[in-house]
Amino acid sequence: MKIVALVKQTFDSEAKIALEGGKIGRQGISLIMNPYDEYAVEEALKLKEKHGGEVTVVTVGSDEATEAVRQALAMGADQGILVNPGTEDIDESTIATILAKAVSGLEYDLILGGFRAIDDGSAQVAGRVAEILNLPVVNMVTKLEADGGKAVATADIEGGSAVMEVTLPAVITAQKGLNEPRYPSMKGIMQAKKKPLKKIGLGDVSLDASQVAAKVKVLTYSLPPARAAGKIIPGEPAEAAAALAKALREEAKII
Amino acid sequence: MAKGILVFAEQRDGKIKKVTYELLSAGKKIASQLGEEVSAVLVGKGVSSLAGGLGEYGADKVYVIENDALENYTTDAYANVVADLVKQNEPTAFLLGCSITGRDLAAQVAQKLDTGLLTDCINVMVENGQIVFTRPIYAGKAIINAAIPEARPVMATIRPNVLPVDEPQAGKSAEVINVPANIGNVRTTVKDVIRQVSARPELTEADIIVSGGRGMKGPENFKLLEDLADVLGAAVGASRACVDAGWVPLSIQVGQTGKTVSPNLYIAAGISGAIQHLAGMSSSKVIVAVNKDSEANIFKSADFGVVGDLFEVLPVLTQEIKKLKA
Ligand SMILES: Cc1cc2nc3c(=O)[nH]c(=O)nc-3n(C[C@H](O)[C@H](O)[C@H](O)COP(=O)(O)OP(=O)(O)OC[C@H]3O[C@@H](n4cnc5c(N)ncnc54)[C@H](O)[C@@H]3O)c2cc1C
Ligand SMILES: Cc1cc2nc3c(=O)[nH]c(=O)nc-3n(C[C@H](O)[C@H](O)[C@H](O)COP(=O)(O)OP(=O)(O)OC[C@H]3O[C@@H](n4cnc5c(N)ncnc54)[C@H](O)[C@@H]3O)c2cc1C
Repeated sequence: MKIVALVKQTFDSEAKIALEGGKIGRQGISLIMNPYDEYAVEEALKLKEKHGGEVTVVTVGSDEATEAVRQALAMGADQGILVNPGTEDIDESTIATILAKAVSGLEYDLILGGFRAIDDGSAQVAGRVAEILNLPVVNMVTKLEADGGKAVATADIEGGSAVMEVTLPAVITAQKGLNEPRYPSMKGIMQAKKKPLKKIGLGDVSLDASQVAAKVKVLTYSLPPARAAGKIIPGEPAEAAAALAKALREEAKII
Repeated sequence: MAKGILVFAEQRDGKIKKVTYELLSAGKKIASQLGEEVSAVLVGKGVSSLAGGLGEYGADKVYVIENDALENYTTDAYANVVADLVKQNEPTAFLLGCSITGRDLAAQVAQKLDTGLLTDCINVMVENGQIVFTRPIYAGKAIINAAIPEARPVMATIRPNVLPVDEPQAGKSAEVINVPANIGNVRTTVKDVIRQVSARPELTEADIIVSGGRGMKGPENFKLLEDLADVLGAAVGASRACVDAGWVPLSIQVGQTGKTVSPNLYIAAGISGAIQHLAGMSSSKVIVAVNKDSEANIFKSADFGVVGDLFEVLPVLTQEIKKLKA
């Protein structure tokens, strides 16, 4: 089975965000593989172990994102592709268009991604890729079996979950619970250095910047107003609990 | 030419979801500033009886797309019929709720229409004749105002429970237009649907949420939260620590990798207030923390705090609220 995993490098979830020159600063921010994409890579590796085949990791990002691709290779993926868009005029349709182009040059039975990125995650890139490649998509999958020409996926839906059967090739996005991603072993990390990692630009996927121009424009960046420090209700637990109930009623007028 | 604000009227099991009313109120606000009208699109099986009621909440027109194949949500069927409708009507903007369904549908429709999509927005306004959306990024640690200047329609999903619902105007009706459903090729088959049955409100729509963390010490103690939730008519949530420990299902996790919630009141018991947890609930209107550690980070975000053992505090709180409500 040939599997493509879409991997995004994101800000660490602990990252402290500050503005620099009216934009989000990148100073002192550590970068990680999007946790949902770790599930995607893990699932790809499990399917490969079961059915044979190969796993290709595709990332759109600057040179920094090499780290995320290397991590996936160290986990066990066979090869990586990093497309550097070389433009700042980027939105989700830009990224999806580039990813779809890069993937369309590969052989694949299944495309796995995360259901959303944890930083500016809009939960739309993988779905857009599916649409561009004219493939079905199942989002937020917590259980997956794929074999032959079809996959059976359990996915989160409004108020519960659904079991869906889908013809392959398809795009499947990972939700937490799908698996426990492995840590790269020392051996894996060493091997990853020798695995093929292709670094390419827009031209290499037959696109130019005007074809992927962002449709969304950011007007302003700001930081959220800090919440004002609240009030600690004094007293023994029982006493404080009673005072809290009263405060919620009389002060906050909320119950 | 592009005209009008179109809203996706989300329904489940024959009931309109609250976010639909929030979208209609927001849609009406921006439509009146742009001198346009508000329509809604209602999709499903046997849903036409719900159409009329949307008029009271501000819809001038309701497009109803009914078909047996639309009973259960499938990405393909819904995206096909909704994208067709949008193509025919060419609205200026198309708004959906940022629910699991809304999010899924919005991405497909946006790509079919080759337009931009802003997700999980917490405000929408008109500035210099342009529709501007406010959206938290980096798990709420930064906020952007953004627009889609050229591509049409402008598309956005709006976070549930954030925008106000205008008082419905009794008796105001909407023009109901039945639209034939061109389902197209549906490549997924729904084999089974497992519903979580709960008498409680849904987390993302709840006015009050009572949430527990590792300090609950075990799943059996969630009974304390449920008792409190019962007297408040609240939903029950949890931190990731409880989900990872297998005490509660992932569906009730609040935070960066769980649900984003904005209730009027969020009560956090035995939750330390990790940044990833705050990401999911810091837009709550009033936050209450119960924690035995006076240094716990959660107190920095809490409007009201009680430093104490939750096993002593929660039962008394439940009793006191019961008394107040009696
Ligand atoms: C107006 C605007 C300007 C922006 N400017 C910049 C900029 O200058 N530089 C910049 O880096 N970002 C920029 N961004 C952010 C960038 O557009 C998004 O990070 C990107 O589109 C991915 O979207 P997302 O995080 O919402 O992914 P989601 O839709 O949440 O991701 C879902 C899944 O899609 C896949 N995926 C997403 N992105 C990638 C990727 N890059 N590579 C491989 N797989 C991926 C992953 O599997 C991921 O789990 C901008 C965004 C906007 C709206
Ligand atoms: C990528 C990533 C994503 C994450 N996403 C999420 C997410 O979506 N949601 C989330 O919640 N976390 C998330 N986390 C985890 C997060 O970092 C914290 O580990 C988690 O929130 C801690 O849960 P907690 O507050 O319940 O536990 P703890 O941090 O262990 O806190 C327990 C608290 O209970 C108090 N306590 C103990 N006993 C009592 C008692 N008897 N009475 C009163 N108080 C008591 C303690 O003082 C302490 O403050 C994420 C982490 C990462 C790395």
